[in-house]
Amino acid sequence: MGLEEIEREFSLERIETADGIPTYYCEKEGLLPLMEKLKSDFEILLDITAVDYFGKREKRFEVVYLLLSLSQKIRLRIKVRLGEGEKVSTLSFLWKNANWLEREVYDMFGIEFEGHPDLRRILLYPEFKGHPLRKDYPLKKSQPRIKLLRSERE
Amino acid sequence: MGKIREGNFVTTTLESLIGWARKYSIFQYPFVTACCGMEYMATAASHFDIDRFGAGLTRFTPRQADVLFVVGTISHKLAPVLKKVYEQMTEPKWVVAFGTCTITGGIYDNYAAVQGIDAIIPVDIYIPGCPPRPETVLDALMKLQEKIQKEKQKWALRK
Ligand code: SF4
Repeated sequence: MGLEEIEREFSLERIETADGIPTYYCEKEGLLPLMEKLKSDFEILLDITAVDYFGKREKRFEVVYLLLSLSQKIRLRIKVRLGEGEKVSTLSFLWKNANWLEREVYDMFGIEFEGHPDLRRILLYPEFKGHPLRKDYPLKKSQPRIKLLRSERE
Repeated sequence: MGKIREGNFVTTTLESLIGWARKYSIFQYPFVTACCGMEYMATAASHFDIDRFGAGLTRFTPRQADVLFVVGTISHKLAPVLKKVYEQMTEPKWVVAFGTCTITGGIYDNYAAVQGIDAIIPVDIYIPGCPPRPETVLDALMKLQEKIQKEKQKWALRK
C-alpha cells in the first residue's frame, strides 16, 4: 500500500522536514487504526519519543513515532499532538519494543499510554518525583536517594 | 626509608615498613560506569601496565580490595550502590576519583548525575581529564603511593 493511499484514507496532514522523511500529523484517536494498517509494511518500530513545547503551543506535547519498512526501504514519521494529561493508545501489542519505548516516554515526560501492560519508570528510580524532560522541571534539580556528605550545588 | 648498616641488616620504623608494603600491593576495585573506562583499560593493559606499580591485581569483590577506582559518571540511581561497595571494603582503604565526571559531575550538570562523588564517599586522589590520559593516571597512582607511604598508623598504647 502506498503512502498516498494511507494519507487519503486517514486524512493525514503531511509536513515538510529537512531530512526528507515522510512526516504526518495524526489525531490521537486515529493512531491505533493507522498503526494497525502500517504494521504490515513497516516491520520495525525504530523509536518512540516526545517533545515538550511548554508555553509555545496550546497542546504542549508531541509524541513522535519512527517507523522503518525493510521491504519497501522507506522510513516514516508519525506525530501525535497531546495536551497536558491526555493519553494516547499503546502500541505494545503491535510492536513488542513499544513496551519499553513507551515506558521511557512516560518516565521522561509523564505521558501515559492507554492499555500499556506495565507502565512504570524504566530509567529513573521509583521514588523520583516528576518527569525531568518536561520543560517546567527545574534544569538542575536532583533528587538524591541517600544522604549526601555535602550539598551538590551552592 | 631505612638505613643499611654493617652486617647486612636494615633499620627502619614499623610505620614506614607497613607503608612500603601497602603501597606496592594495591589491590584495586574498578567501579567502571562510563567512557573513562576505556582509558582505564588502556592504563591497565600491557602498554602502560599498572602492574609496574604493584597495582596490577584487580579484585572484583570490594572485600578483597584496598583502592576503589571510581571511573565514569555516577548517577543518583547508582549512588547507593557505590556507597555500599565503599562500605564493604575493609580498612585500610583509599578512593580514586577518575575523570571529570567523578570529580564534579562533568558535563552532566542535570537531574541525573551526582555532582562529584565526594558528596557520597571520601576521596583521596582526584584525576582530572575527560578522559584522563594514561600518563595522568600513572602520575596519580604514584601520588597515591606517596600518600600511603606517609600515612600515620593509628595504633597507640592505651593505658
Ligand atoms: S569524564 Fe569524560 S570520558 Fe570520563 S566518564 Fe565523564 S564524560 Fe566520559
